[in-house]
Amino acid sequence: MVAATALAEIDAHLAAGAALDIEQVSHAFDIDGAEVPVLSDVSISVEPGEFVALLGPSGCGKSTLLRLVAGLDKPRSGTLREDEARITRPYPSRVVVFQDPTLFPWRTVWDNVALGLEAQGILKSQRHRVDAALDLVGLASFRNAYPHQLSGGMAQRVALARALVNDPKILILDEPLGKLDSLTRITMQAELVSLWQRKGFTTLLVTHDAEEALVLANRVIVFSDRPARVKADIRVDRPYPRHRGDPYLADLRRQILGLLGLDATW
Amino acid sequence: MSTYSLSDGLASGAPRLSRAPLLTSWVRESGVGILASVAWIAFGLSCLWWEDVGDWSRTHSLGIAAFVIAAVALFGTVGADYLGSAGRALRQRAPWLVVLGVVLTLWEVATAKFAWLPLPFFPPPQSIIEVYTDDLPKLLDSVLASVKLQLGGYLIGATVGFLTGVSIGWSRAVGYWVHPVLRFIGPLPATAWLPIAFFTFPSSWSASTFLIALATGFPVTVLTWSGVASVSNAYYDVARTLGAKPSFLVLKVAIPAALPHVFVGLFMGLGSSFAVLVVAEMIGVKAGLGWYLQWAQGWAAYANMYAALIVMSLLCSGAITLLFSIRDRLLVWQKGTVKW
Ligand SMILES: Nc1ncnc2c1ncn2[C@@H]1O[C@H](COP(=O)(O)OP(=O)(O)OP(=O)(O)O)[C@@H](O)[C@H]1O
Ligand SMILES: [Mg+2]
Repeated sequence: MVAATALAEIDAHLAAGAALDIEQVSHAFDIDGAEVPVLSDVSISVEPGEFVALLGPSGCGKSTLLRLVAGLDKPRSGTLREDEARITRPYPSRVVVFQDPTLFPWRTVWDNVALGLEAQGILKSQRHRVDAALDLVGLASFRNAYPHQLSGGMAQRVALARALVNDPKILILDEPLGKLDSLTRITMQAELVSLWQRKGFTTLLVTHDAEEALVLANRVIVFSDRPARVKADIRVDRPYPRHRGDPYLADLRRQILGLLGLDATW
Repeated sequence: MSTYSLSDGLASGAPRLSRAPLLTSWVRESGVGILASVAWIAFGLSCLWWEDVGDWSRTHSLGIAAFVIAAVALFGTVGADYLGSAGRALRQRAPWLVVLGVVLTLWEVATAKFAWLPLPFFPPPQSIIEVYTDDLPKLLDSVLASVKLQLGGYLIGATVGFLTGVSIGWSRAVGYWVHPVLRFIGPLPATAWLPIAFFTFPSSWSASTFLIALATGFPVTVLTWSGVASVSNAYYDVARTLGAKPSFLVLKVAIPAALPHVFVGLFMGLGSSFAVLVVAEMIGVKAGLGWYLQWAQGWAAYANMYAALIVMSLLCSGAITLLFSIRDRLLVWQKGTVKW
C-alpha cells in the first residue's frame, strides 16, 4: 500500500530513458609502472529504456566500465555518449549505485537519500520525493537512524533510494543486491523491474548472478577475463514477470555459465 | 543492585535469616555515605579541637562547614531513595567524599595544628579559604582577564587553523605554498616567539593573543589537513554523480568527514595554548591568573598560589569539558566515543 503510493509519487516525475553508446572503449591502469589493460575495445549500444545486465569474471573490469559511463573517469581511448552527447563528467541524469553502499556516516538515512536533491539545490521544494523513495525501499521508519545503526542490506537499500530519488535517465547498478538476503533480494528484484517498467529509465546492472541477470534484463552481455572484451550479447525475449524455473531461461543460464567457463561442472 | 554474592543467595533461600539480607543491603547502600559523614566530622573536629599554630581567621567557619557537609552526606545517602536523582548522584560519589574527608583531615592536622609540614610552603585549608573570601575581587579580575585572553586567542587560532587546514587539504596550489612554511614554523614552540612578539606587537595583550593563536593554530591546521586529505574518494564519487559542485564537496563532504580529526586538533591546541597563556601572563601581561601566581610568589603568599592553582585547574578542566560536549553534539553520528 505504502509502496504503491510511493511509486505513484515517483511516477509524477516521469523521465524517459536515454540511449547509451559505448564506442570502442579501451582503458588501462598503471600499477607499479606497468600498464594493466582493463577494457579492450568494448562497444555496446544501449537503446533508450533497455535493461542491460553485465556479467563477467571478478576483476575483469565491469566496475571500471561503469565509472566511465558515470563520467567519473575518462577512457584511454574510445568515446561514450548519452543521447548523442559525449560523456565527459558526472551528471545526475546518470546515477550510480556503487558496489559498496558508501553512505555518508555523518548524515541520517533521510539526509543521505536527500543528498542528490540537496546537491542540485532543489531539496526545499522536493522533500516529498525523499519520503517517497524511503517508502519504496521500506525504510521510512529508519529515516532518523545513522548508517552505523543499519544492517548491510538496509544500507544497500538506502543507497538504492538515494539513486532513485534523482529520477535518473540511466540507472547504473554495481551489484546493488549483492549484500541482501535471498528473500529481500527477490523482493527488491521485483521492485526494480516494476520501477523500471513504469519509469522507463535505461538500466545497466552489473551482477555475478546469471539467474538474476536473466530474471531482470532484456539483454545480457558477457565479458571475457581481464582485459574485458564483449564475449557474448544475448537477448532475453521473455515477458515480465519472469519465472526462475522457466526452461527457456534455464537454457540461457547454462549457455552463459558455459561462456564464463563453468561447463565442466554444469 | 545487580550483583549477587553466594551468601546473598543462601540467605534468601533460608527463611529464618530473612532480615539479614535487608540489613546487609542497607549497609552496602548507605554504609559508604555514613563513612563519608564520619570522615567529614573528623575534619570538622580536627579544625576545632586544637589551637591553630598560626593566625588564620577562617578556622572556625571551616569546621562548621565540614559539619554541614557531614550532615548532608549522612542524610543524603541514608535518605537517597526519597531524593531522586540527586540522592543517586550523592551515593555514587560517596566513596570520593570519604577520601576527600580523610585527606582534608590529614592536611589540617599536618599543617595548621602540628606544623609537620614546613609552614609557609604548605598552607592549611583555612588559609586557602581565606584567600577566596578576602582576596576575591583581585582573583575574579584575574580569572576574567585570563578567560578573555585565552578565549580570544583560541578562537582566532582555531578559526585560522581550520581554514588553513581545509585549504591545504583541498587545493594543491595552497598546499605548495603553505606546507613548507607550516613545516618550518609549526613545530617551533609558541613560547619561543615570546621575546620577539612582546616588542613587535603594539601591546602585550595583542602579543599574547597572537602567541595563543599560534599555539592553537598549528595542531588544528595539521589535523584538519590530514582529516581532509584522508577522506575516502568514494564519498566524492557518490556526491559528484549526484550533481555536487565543488563548494558542496568542500562544505558537505570534506569538512564533515574531517571533523573527528579537527576535534583532535582542537583538543591538542587547547592543551598547548593553556601553557602559552600562563607563561605569557607571567612574563608580559600584567593581569590574569598567571600574573596572580607570579605576584603571589613575589610576596611569598603561598596560600594565594594554591588558591589560584585550584581555580586555574577548574577553568582548564571546564574548557575541556565544554569542548567535549560540543564534540559530542556535532559528532553524534560517531559510535564509541570516549566519555569525559
Ligand atoms: N583505481 C584503480 N587503480 C588501479 N587499478 C585499478 C583501479 N580500479 C580497478 N583497477 C584494476 O582494474 C581491474 C578491474 O577492476 P574492476 O573493479 O573494474 O573489476 P570488476 O569487474 O568490477 O570486479 P568485481 O566483479 O570483483 O567487482 C582490476 O584488476 C583492478 O585491479
Ligand atoms: Mg566491481
